[in-house]
Amino acid sequence: MEPVLTRNFRKDRPTTSLREYEAAGGYQGLRRALKEHTPDEVIGIVSNSGLRGRGGAGFPTGQKWQSLPPMDEPARPRIVIANLDEMEPGTFKDRYLVENDPHQFLEGLLIAGYACRSELAYVFIRGEYLTPPAGIVEHALVEARDAGYLGRDILGSGWNYEVHIHLSAGRYMCGEAMGILNAMEGKRAIPRTKPPYEVTSGAWGRPTVVNNVETFCCVPHIILNGPEWFRKIGKAKDAGPKIYGISGRVKRPGSYELPMGTTLRELLDHAGGMLDGYQFKAALPGGASTMYLDDSEMDVPLEFESLREIHCYFGTGTAIIADDTTCIVGLTHNLQQFYARESCGWCTPCRDGLPWIEKLYRDQEEGRGEAGDPELLMELSRSIHGNTFCALALGAVVSVESSLTKFRSEYDDHIRLHRCPFEDQR
Amino acid sequence: MLTDAERHDIENEIAASWDKRAACISALRAVQARRGWISDEAIRDIAAMLEMSTDELDAVATFYNLIYRHPVGKHVVKVCDGAVCWILGSRNLMQYLEQKLGIESGGTTGDGLVTLLPICCVGDCDHAPVMMVDGTTIRDLTPERIDELIASRFEVGG
Repeated sequence: MEPVLTRNFRKDRPTTSLREYEAAGGYQGLRRALKEHTPDEVIGIVSNSGLRGRGGAGFPTGQKWQSLPPMDEPARPRIVIANLDEMEPGTFKDRYLVENDPHQFLEGLLIAGYACRSELAYVFIRGEYLTPPAGIVEHALVEARDAGYLGRDILGSGWNYEVHIHLSAGRYMCGEAMGILNAMEGKRAIPRTKPPYEVTSGAWGRPTVVNNVETFCCVPHIILNGPEWFRKIGKAKDAGPKIYGISGRVKRPGSYELPMGTTLRELLDHAGGMLDGYQFKAALPGGASTMYLDDSEMDVPLEFESLREIHCYFGTGTAIIADDTTCIVGLTHNLQQFYARESCGWCTPCRDGLPWIEKLYRDQEEGRGEAGDPELLMELSRSIHGNTFCALALGAVVSVESSLTKFRSEYDDHIRLHRCPFEDQR
Repeated sequence: MLTDAERHDIENEIAASWDKRAACISALRAVQARRGWISDEAIRDIAAMLEMSTDELDAVATFYNLIYRHPVGKHVVKVCDGAVCWILGSRNLMQYLEQKLGIESGGTTGDGLVTLLPICCVGDCDHAPVMMVDGTTIRDLTPERIDELIASRFEVGG
């Protein structure tokens, strides 16, 4: 496919400036939206494009914007939040987009603000992304303001819009839609009861739309090229281009812009295949919160819809590859350490259940695993998900369940040998 | 007591925020940038400026990973223990650093030069394993690169 999101990316220079972005047709999507379309028409175009949120949940973007309350409701301002928290293990796509072409992201954030009749936006940036991503966004905001794309009466349209940066201080829960609202308000990033949803009562009780960085990046192209064009890019059921990622023992780990619906086998081919001497064993297709795929599932399109049909998640679309020397029990232990540490502590099943699961995995790895532990892990996992306020607990345990289903023999080997069978290979 | 410069930083953060409370994470970051860490006394003084109770602000300060409520060394080394770094041997690198620096993960060298911590996936997985030294990410880590870093930046061992 012709590059869309990465069309302005150059190997010889890291960041596209405003002038370069404009010379390549940048901000024409914003101009067209302001000149030719009402906010509702923009929402209609985005809805028809089939764009689904790229942060992991895959919620239809147009539908989210459509569910804002009617304008006669008094809560003001409406707030748009760009989620650049990117703490999902294995995920490195949003920083790639922002570091290379920050104005593409800003243009999307502007069109979204116009469509949502918002006056105020925040870019919520992960604390570790102080340099360079936060600095790049800050510089791009200055350039955009000087050029009249931000502030009062943007491009003579009468519409006012301000964008601020919120630099976070590191916590996985901040990436969750309700957690991010509390973090913005200067509180612990804990979930909130839904309803009310954030579109009716979000940050400071104002109608709030939270979208992922990559989602915003798609929007200018949809306005310029039309919803049908966007839908046609997808190879299977979902629409548009996607920044896929791949890492682990592959020849060329990195980010690849490919049509939505690319298979794992194709993605692995783009990365040059496995490193010499290593075989593919499993993949977490979209970060740590997705189910393991094994070698029988390499031809399933990597997208929200097709993975849902085989009871898996697409997540962020950045695949972590486990090779034949990777211990699945050990890798799942690593994931559980992360979740146990990062649980915000609000819901008891997650706060108490995840450390218990982590301890059982530690026992497996250190030779203390016992018969019955796999069943106990499955029981614990099932008692956590569905019993918490937010979806991160579910994301935490899907690797437990899918590894038990697809790689049960590795658990049995740990228990039988009283050690990790892969320990010699580290 | 907050210094004038610190009070000035916090005033700026308040001015740029929705309300005083919304400035609290930025205020903690600003004071920590000058002092290295956030003491009980700092919590009390910052809370007063933000019209929060000390407990409210401490609840925030203890929640976020990058706010240090204990003294840290002049340099903070954070070894990524995300899944991809784990697959590519981050545990061995953490052990190597522990040996080289003579401290355990979570500890600070006796001369106060280096604190060693784990950190969640920092989003550089195509260059795993990685670590952060203060604000800088060091990619494609090997024991040799760790040796170079210690020799050049920490002026110890080697």
